Amino acid sequence: MVALAQQVQHATAGASLEVDNISHHFAIEDRRLDVLDKVSFRAAPGEFVALLGPSGCGKSTLLRLVAGLEPPAAGSLKEDGIAIAGPDPSRVVVFQDPTLFPWRTVRDNVALGPEAQGGLKAKRARIDEVLALVGLSSFAKALPHQLSGGMAQRVALARALVNDPRILILDEPLGKLDSLTRLTMQSELVSLWQRAGFTTLLVTHDVEEALFLANRVIVFSDRPAQVKADLPVDKPYPRHRGDPDLAELRRQILGLLGLDATW
Amino acid sequence: MPTSSASRAATFDETGPTETSPAQAVSRLPVSGWGIAASASWLGVTAVSLARDDVGDWSRTATFAYGAAVVALAAFVVSLAGARLGQAGTWFAHRTPWLIVLGLGLALWELVTAKLGWLPLPFFPPPQALLEVYLDDFGKLGASVLASVKLQISGYAIGAVIGFLTGVSIGWSRSAGYWVHPVLRFIGPLPATAWLPVAFFLFPSSWSASIFLIALATAFPVTVLTWSGVASVPSSYYDVARTLGATPWFLIRKVAVPAAMPHMFVGLFMGLGASFAVLVVAEMMGVKAGLGWYLQWAQGWAAYANMYAALIVMSLLCSGAITLLFKVRDRLLSWQKGVVKW
Repeated sequence: MVALAQQVQHATAGASLEVDNISHHFAIEDRRLDVLDKVSFRAAPGEFVALLGPSGCGKSTLLRLVAGLEPPAAGSLKEDGIAIAGPDPSRVVVFQDPTLFPWRTVRDNVALGPEAQGGLKAKRARIDEVLALVGLSSFAKALPHQLSGGMAQRVALARALVNDPRILILDEPLGKLDSLTRLTMQSELVSLWQRAGFTTLLVTHDVEEALFLANRVIVFSDRPAQVKADLPVDKPYPRHRGDPDLAELRRQILGLLGLDATW
Repeated sequence: MPTSSASRAATFDETGPTETSPAQAVSRLPVSGWGIAASASWLGVTAVSLARDDVGDWSRTATFAYGAAVVALAAFVVSLAGARLGQAGTWFAHRTPWLIVLGLGLALWELVTAKLGWLPLPFFPPPQALLEVYLDDFGKLGASVLASVKLQISGYAIGAVIGFLTGVSIGWSRSAGYWVHPVLRFIGPLPATAWLPVAFFLFPSSWSASIFLIALATAFPVTVLTWSGVASVPSSYYDVARTLGATPWFLIRKVAVPAAMPHMFVGLFMGLGASFAVLVVAEMMGVKAGLGWYLQWAQGWAAYANMYAALIVMSLLCSGAITLLFKVRDRLLSWQKGVVKW
């Protein structure tokens, strides 16, 4: 029953994502820098997909395209079958830096989305709820400079969640945190995702993080990024970090990234 | 002694550990020695003023002497009250050394002008001559102050608003930048006072011409700094707001403007300084009112006491305006202070 109820919730909350033959390049001075080369994959509603690849391979660029911050040079992007034409609060990004607005209190930072969409009044209760969810209710009136790195990233997460996104886009959101905070927040992410049921796209270059969190891991090549492998991670949550199957997957992925010699 | 350590902590909270004045060490005593010294120095002013007849003919010597005595008495009473005055007592204690020096300075000034006549007249009037100006020429001086304040506020407000709007426009829009930038470059660096002759025949009245000049002097730095503030907003701020559904108008009002605020205040500060200069020059050259005009008029009549009196008022007004601007800035930009970290 519970599993069914969860599935139903998933079906309504998460959106499907189609990335079809996406190519992209930048012009740096007069040279053309290719970053994405015919990348295709699909994410089912409510799926947690990790994008793994070497640093600077173009993963973050892909996220910007999915977020609608830039149009792709070629190919098409669809959310629930509808072409992505620009940014939309149904696809919210959490960046590597929390990028909180320093002049706003924690609560006002979280309220940014509802305020920008013109629905601040209706969302008041939801804002408090999300603040409680990330454990920062007592810091609602604090200013960003008073927060630690982990707390700031939690505010950034709350700022995204308050919009009830259908696709949550995570661009190495835990990359700059200390390892303990990072492990804690990984577990928190899993339970948030399980509860809300949004589709999640996570860019990371931490193989263990990808395996701990995702249903699927997509491995990218060096720039220009191409999909090198698409590996399902069929393990129930909560996962155990020392799981031998995950260790085997890790060995396989590190091999794809050309690091097998060290393991 | 627990009380003494508690009051020491309070003193540190009040002014911060970096600005301990010499008087603070003594302010913890029941009777402040520095306060008594200040009282004595002002009593010295009274004594010098009453010691012998003036060399010249000054009508307010007695008022001046008794005025100094009142200051001395007040300093004495406050010193006796000491710590019982709380915050006001700390405020006073912090300033007592200055009060002493001021008293000594006034006594010396009184001595070498009115009493010994060592300094040539009419260039160096005694302090009671300035007091006479304040007491007897109050009407004219007050009217001048009002005229100056009115002119300054009008011109500065117009300039600040125009500078703000222009700065945001060219910081935000490339095409606004294309058209405004060359104009700004051509007109901006020119001292606003250079427009004086043109402004006085282009505008219907010298008052409106002065408003124009003050606004011009204010608008240039405000524009440039607002523009650079808006241009230096990290693009990630816009990315975040855009993914949350922000419209361009929201991005300008709620992202660009608050993020550019620290720069803007530098511009407002520079504009304030520039506008003071223009105000005084405009009043000296064309407007028939205001402190600049009063100065010019006083010099024309060799009324140097009036001139000094007006200069002191002018200085108080300018520094008051800057203090006010800083207070507003500290309030609006309190989010910048990184004090407590959890």
